[in-house]
Amino acid sequence: MNATDTAFILVCASMVFVMTPALALFYGGLVSARNVLSTSFHSYASLGLVTAVWAVCGYSLAFGSDASGIIGGLDYVFLAGMAGPAPLAGNLPHAAFMMFQCMFACLTVALISGSYAERIRFSAMLAFSLLWTVFCYCPMAHWVWGGGWMAQMGAVDFAGGAVVHMASAAAALACAHAVGPRLRIGLTGTSPHNLPMTLIGGGLLWFGWFGFNAGSALAAGPLAAHAFATTHLATAFGMIGWLLVEWMRTGKPTTLGAVSGALAGLVAITPAAGFVPLGSAMFMGFAGGMVCYAGVLLKNRFRYDDALDVVGIHGIGGTLGAILTGVFASAQVNGVNGLLYGSPRQLLVQTVSVIATWGYVYLASRLILLLVDKAVGLRADPDEEAAGLDLNEHHERGYSL
Amino acid sequence: MKKIEAIIRPSAFDRVKEALSELGVHGMNYTEIKGFGRQHGHVEVYRGRTIAVDFLPKVRFEVVCHDEALERILKAILDAARTGGPEGPGKAGDGKIFVSEVLEAVRIRTGERGRDAV
Repeated sequence: MNATDTAFILVCASMVFVMTPALALFYGGLVSARNVLSTSFHSYASLGLVTAVWAVCGYSLAFGSDASGIIGGLDYVFLAGMAGPAPLAGNLPHAAFMMFQCMFACLTVALISGSYAERIRFSAMLAFSLLWTVFCYCPMAHWVWGGGWMAQMGAVDFAGGAVVHMASAAAALACAHAVGPRLRIGLTGTSPHNLPMTLIGGGLLWFGWFGFNAGSALAAGPLAAHAFATTHLATAFGMIGWLLVEWMRTGKPTTLGAVSGALAGLVAITPAAGFVPLGSAMFMGFAGGMVCYAGVLLKNRFRYDDALDVVGIHGIGGTLGAILTGVFASAQVNGVNGLLYGSPRQLLVQTVSVIATWGYVYLASRLILLLVDKAVGLRADPDEEAAGLDLNEHHERGYSL
Repeated sequence: MKKIEAIIRPSAFDRVKEALSELGVHGMNYTEIKGFGRQHGHVEVYRGRTIAVDFLPKVRFEVVCHDEALERILKAILDAARTGGPEGPGKAGDGKIFVSEVLEAVRIRTGERGRDAV
């Protein structure tokens, strides 16, 4: 075990932790004032709920001894066997590795909430999140990082393009389909109620993402520094890409566009952060910003109400990032070559991992939603939705001015 | 007694308040409202989705006055609230003034009624 790496990973884990409350701010500002608390709560609750699931069985299912490449064993149930170094990162104490990964799980589950915001029942949200952590997040994390079949196939995902972004987006699409659209969209009183809050949240996400991506090097070395650089570059270029398209299409640049573009750049670089050269990172961020702008328009065409654009940004950006990782990855950075460096097979396995992630997570999520709907009912009733979830689901209001 | 309700632009708020104070009007109240008339609303765009906003913020002043003060007060409000000032061209959205008859007024502290209460 190495003290420098341990200190580094503990700081990174704290930074990834901050991303979940940051997401509460980001999402909270985007909804109407009467749903600010329920929407923030969807993110915030995940810190409690998912951590508990992680401790009981989640970590073990994701990172326990491999069973046929499908799922981890039960070796670490109730966090037994946490003494000593982490089996998957011998330079780190097991507890540090387990906590770092725990923060990823919390964030991923919170990300989904952007899709069902403003209309889901709180109990349904909790039940869905619990089951989703066990049946979607844990297998995904195992497949990619825990030595499962995607890793064995050679698919690479540096910090969670598939596990975090595509998985949460596939779940978000399933939620948008299963829960149905909000009753009022695009009418008076449905504008984002507090964009400054969204900007603070977005800035904190950007900050936390340095821990997310650089920390995924799992050691305080040159690879972490490289991932830090690719992350920041892609984010800046993502902002520029989104703003350019927006400015050309609607005639005005928006602050929401700036923060959304930055987020799109972050998402796109996540799977690639420790695999692609710096120049490619700039291109990936730029492409991410532009493509995700188109991504958020999809919901209008296909008529699903992904309220806060999880699919448009995390789904489209994550998919783009995973594919482009198969193009731009360079062995000089981290031992993996992509299409551009003479390895078309890498692009192929990346594509397989994309299809498998979307397919498995979407179907499993629909199944979970079906169960939860039967058990507790997914939707708040129309009167409650109209008056706001804050008052009806939680008996409180965000603002008493 | 008359009640004057003046719906004006929020940007004219201070000018109207000053003008009324200079006339010696020592009681008034206002409400922040939203509404629209001939002035069109605006559009807001969030992630490429357009939301039309018809209702614009306006301020509604309410003043109750003696009959003989009515014309002076109306002129003061007109001059202060019209875009470009008294000689200005004015613009759609400058607002409207409604005048109505007041049947009775009572000062709660003393119980005075009618003219004395205003």
